[in-house]
This record gives sequence, C-alpha cells and structure tokens, in this order.
Amino acid sequence: MGIQPELRLQMYETMLRIRRFEEETAALFAAGDLPGFVHLSIGQEAVPTGICAALDPADTITATHRGHGHILAKGADMGRMMAELMGKRTGYCAGKGGSMHISSLDLGVLGANGILGAGQPIAVGAALSARLLGEERISVTFFGEGASAQGGVHEAMNLAAVWKLPVVFVAEINGWAELSPYSDHVSVPSLVDRAAGYGIDAASVDGTDVEAVLDGAREAVERCRSGEGPVLLEARTQRWHGHFEGDRQLYRPEGEVAALPELYDPLVLQSDRLLELGIASEAELDAIERRVAEEVAEAVLFGRNSPESAPEDALLHVYSTDGRGGAA
Amino acid sequence: MKYYAAIREALRCELERDPRVFFMGEDVGKPGGIYAQSRGLQEEFGVERVRDTPAGELGFMGAAVGAALTGARPVVEISFADFIPVCLDQLVNQAAKIRYMSGGQARVPLTVVTFGGAGRNAGPQHSGSYEALLGSIPGLRVVMPSTPYDVQGFLKAAIRDDDPTIVILNKALLGLADDSEAGVEPIPFGEAAVRREGEDVTIVAWSAMVHTALEAADRLAAEDGVSAEVIDLRSIQPLDGETIGASARKTGRVVTVQETVSFAGIGAEVAAEVSRRAFGWLDAPVQIVGPPFTPVPFSKLMEEFVLPDAGSIVRAVREIL
Ligand SMILES: Cc1ncc(C[n+]2csc(CCOP(=O)(O)OP(=O)(O)O)c2C)c(N)n1
Repeated sequence: MGIQPELRLQMYETMLRIRRFEEETAALFAAGDLPGFVHLSIGQEAVPTGICAALDPADTITATHRGHGHILAKGADMGRMMAELMGKRTGYCAGKGGSMHISSLDLGVLGANGILGAGQPIAVGAALSARLLGEERISVTFFGEGASAQGGVHEAMNLAAVWKLPVVFVAEINGWAELSPYSDHVSVPSLVDRAAGYGIDAASVDGTDVEAVLDGAREAVERCRSGEGPVLLEARTQRWHGHFEGDRQLYRPEGEVAALPELYDPLVLQSDRLLELGIASEAELDAIERRVAEEVAEAVLFGRNSPESAPEDALLHVYSTDGRGGAA
Repeated sequence: MKYYAAIREALRCELERDPRVFFMGEDVGKPGGIYAQSRGLQEEFGVERVRDTPAGELGFMGAAVGAALTGARPVVEISFADFIPVCLDQLVNQAAKIRYMSGGQARVPLTVVTFGGAGRNAGPQHSGSYEALLGSIPGLRVVMPSTPYDVQGFLKAAIRDDDPTIVILNKALLGLADDSEAGVEPIPFGEAAVRREGEDVTIVAWSAMVHTALEAADRLAAEDGVSAEVIDLRSIQPLDGETIGASARKTGRVVTVQETVSFAGIGAEVAAEVSRRAFGWLDAPVQIVGPPFTPVPFSKLMEEFVLPDAGSIVRAVREIL
C-alpha cells in the first residue's frame, strides 16, 4: 500500500509539532519555568508519528516517561499538554500527572508511565477488554531498551502471545537507557531476536524514517486486526538530548551528540523527500513551520494564562466517589 | 453456605449480572480453583470470562488494570496473598494511582481476590495477609471478610465499585459455614460489625481472628464474669473509626488482635482512633495482641507459638482489667 501525499505531508507536520513543542519545553525548563523532570524525545519523532499514523482513533496506546511525542502523535492538544507540564488546572490531568504521567482517555492515551515495564501488561489488558467487549480496537505500547530488561515486558509479551491478543509492542531503541548504553541492558543485537522465544512476529525498521516506520506499523496493525496475535516492532532511532533535561551527556563518546542532527534528522529526511517528490514546495513547508510556531506559542500562552490548581484539589480523585480513605 | 462457596456464589451472581465482568487467575477456569471456589463457572460463562492465566502475576495483574481502564470489570485471583508482592507495582503505582494521576479521567474498577492467613503450616511464603501494606496505599480499598455472608456481600460490592479493591480472604476460614444463602446484598465499605455486645472491654479483630476473639469473649464471660464486646473491622481501608470510638467510650478498655505482625499494623491504627475519639473515657492503655516480629514459621509448634490464640487475648484483657 502506498502512502498518500497528504499523509506524507501530515506526518511531516506531526513530527515538526513534536520537535517544536519539545524545543520550547527545553527552553522553558532551562529558564526555570517548568518544575520536575522532563525527558525529551527530540530526534525520535518519526517513531510515534509513523506508528500513530497507522492507528484508528479508538486504538489505545501506552506511552513512556519520554512520551510527549507519543501523546501528540495520538492527537493531543498542545495547550493542554503544556498546561499539564506547568501543573495547571487545565492540563490533561488537572496538574496531577505532569510530564511523566500524561493521559487522555478520550484519545486512547492510557498513560505515560514513570515506571519502566508497567505499560506493557496494561496494554495487554486493553487488548483483552477489546476482545471481551467485542470492540474493534487494537493496543499499542511503546518502550525502550532499558525497559526491555523489565520482567513486566517479558510477561506482557508472553501473555499477549499465549492469548493471541492484538498488541503491537513498539521497541524504541535510541541507543541509551538513562546514562548507559544499549549493551549494558540487552544481550542480543536486536530485540527482534527475542521474538522467537514468545512465538511472535517481529520486524525492525529505521526509526529515523517516518515512512519506514509507517510501513512497519501498517503491517503490524494489519496482523493484529486480522486476529493473528501480537507483533514486536523495533524502531532504531537516536536520542539527541540527555536522559533528562540538564543531563550534559558527558558519558557519550566525544562528538557523537553533535553529529546526530547531521546524520539522523527525521524531519530533514522527510522534508527532502517531500520536496524531491514534488509533494510540497519550500513555501508550503515554510507555511507549516509558521503554523506550528504559532501553535506552540499559543500553547505556552494557554499554559501561562491558565489558573493554578487549588491546593486542596490534591484531595480529589483518589477514589471515584472523591471520598477519602483513612478512618471514616 | 460455606466460605469458599460464597466466593463462587458472588462471582456467579456478578458474571450473570454484568457482561463486562470477567474472572481470571491461575487454575480458576477449567480446574475450578484450588479450593473449588470457581468450580463450574467456566462451563457456565465460557473461557473468555472465566480465564486461566499463565503463572505470571505481574503480567496478568497489569492486564487486569489495563482491562479495567478500558471498560471491563476484571476480578483477578492471586492464589496466595504472598504473591501480591510479585505484582505490587501494578497495584501500588498503577491501579491505585491511575485515577489520581489522570486528574479524575480514569476509573479502575478492579477487584483482586486473594487468600491470606496463617495457621495451616503453609510456611513463611504462603501464610501472609499484607493488609497493613495494602491498606496504606491511597487509591486502594481493602476488605477482609470473616464470614461467608461477608464474603458474598463484599465481593459483590468490590465488583460493582469503580475503584480497585482487594478482598483478602482467609485460608483457615474456607470451610466455615453460616446460615447465609445466595442473594446477599453488597455491603458498604468502611462499616465494622459488632459481633458480640459487651460492657467491660472491647476486642477489635478482623478476618480469622474475629473467631478467636469470640472464643476469648466466651472464656472471659465464663471464667471472669467479664462482658467483652467484639468488633469485626471487616473493612481495613477505609477503617470504621466511628464504631471503634463508640465502643471504646462505652467500655473504656480496648484490646486489638491480629494475625500479622503489629509493627506499623492495623492494630496501631485502631489504637490511634481510640486515642483520638475516646481518650477521656479510657481506663487503660490499648493493648495490641499480635505475633512477634518474625515471618510465620512452618513447624506446627512454632507456628502456634507465634500466632495469637484465645488464651493470649484473655491474658491481654486480664492485664488491663
Ligand atoms: C522500574 C523503574 N526502574 C528504573 C527507572 C529509572 N529510569 C527511568 S528512565 C530509565 C531508562 C529507560 O531507558 P529506555 O527504556 O531505553 O527509555 P529511554 O529513556 O531511552 O527513552 C530508567 C532506568 C524507572 N523509571 N522505573
């Protein structure tokens, strides 16, 4: 199946939205305007973009601590994302989640997760409920090589395979887990090598090329929808920024980080392709750039102008009755 | 009805009532459960709704959380409460926090049924209950039924509730019978039950220890002419401070008794409630009866040595009379 020109362009815009949103996030964090931890996915935009482009709105995803891209690609509103990063009442989670725990149930975003290896069993459950309730949706879960060392990932793959559930396990391999390299966490050259142990299908794609990711995702999604069980899709990509903002990456080989944009920029790859194939002109790409810049500026403004959460809102949402635990 | 059969009755009722409900765990489907607690349910409701799982608690507990988040109402059995630590992340960081972290968007209507309790020579890794651990997690509810009636009522309440609830059953009570029949209504969380009224001392217990406390109350009446009130907490989280306080104001003396170690335990919470609500009425300090700070040993002699029995409760009461 070919890729429609509009979709090629749209994926470029989605990647650009993620890039500019996160660049702004980095700047706000550096200026001391954002509290807490922030993990950025700059350089990895093609992975969530290509994956989510293969999904239906009803399909669900679980994201990671490095999840802004996953959530934006699933259709999130930048303003509500920014408001959440700022801990504001208008954020997706009313300021209770922050960067590492954004969810939007309406968009099928079951949650970013601060716990490695926790989203994968949850994703299996989303696929299980789809089957039980007779709903035509599939479940996608993102994780990295670091998380791949977690037992939860193993159990989830085994469970999805034993029960033949429609789950796409997306291994986003960016070369690093926190401050240590792939080889400290994984003993095989590719996670695809593990798939045989679960009896599931697996493929590896170039995670810098959004169209390669989309192709792999379409195939995986197709298998899931036709009831053939789970699929593992590995996307090899690059983490440009530190593990968290403020991490100077002194542990990486000299020159590696500086060379990344030249070698692995998913945006440049796609814009070159769009220009080459005559799908977009320089002027059209400029227009997209301006539109995205405006969206980001508005998002920041929305966040800044949004009301703070009331301190006592901390007491809400523990239980669905909003009642509290403790002694009655 | 017997305690184990009440489990099956509640499950059957809820599976019938709501197509979103499903039950899963190790050997609960085709084999019908190690205690026959789900015998016949798979034949009745099918393999999708009464599901055998692989032996990977972290995976299937996580799957239950995910299913609960997306419209189903899972009931998960963890065959021994001691296996809960294996899947604790999915309870503590996921089930308990997801609603909160989502700013109220999400609901996690998850029910966990597990078998705790000592006294069956099951050894250190098969005799725990963990109610204090689980009861200290905001977002979770914890109940510990001591009768077949309560098993039915609390299981139904848990399954109909929109929040994650852990029903800790007691292995030692599986064969216990009462005169309850099918059709028990859901019991609201956070309401203790006065199992025996009394004037001189309040004994607070939960799960199997309720029966030990009742035995002690009989002995106190017969041997000492002491009238003991026995309160069954039933619900650990939330805790019914009001009933505890009212009883303490009436009797002026409180003894709590538990099967799990007392440090950072539920007895200490009861003592705090008593002190807050009945300090001026107290004639003696609250006594907490519980095992020493050890795991539960295997040997019958050693296990009997560490677990409270009616004798230890009677002694504790005599000390403060
Ligand atoms: C259970 C758990 N252990 C450790 C951590 C700390 N931690 C956060 S991110 C990370 C590395 C993750 O690496 P990877 O899965 O490859 O994702 P990436 O950060 O590269 O996106 C670690 C160890 C955690 N959040 N959760």
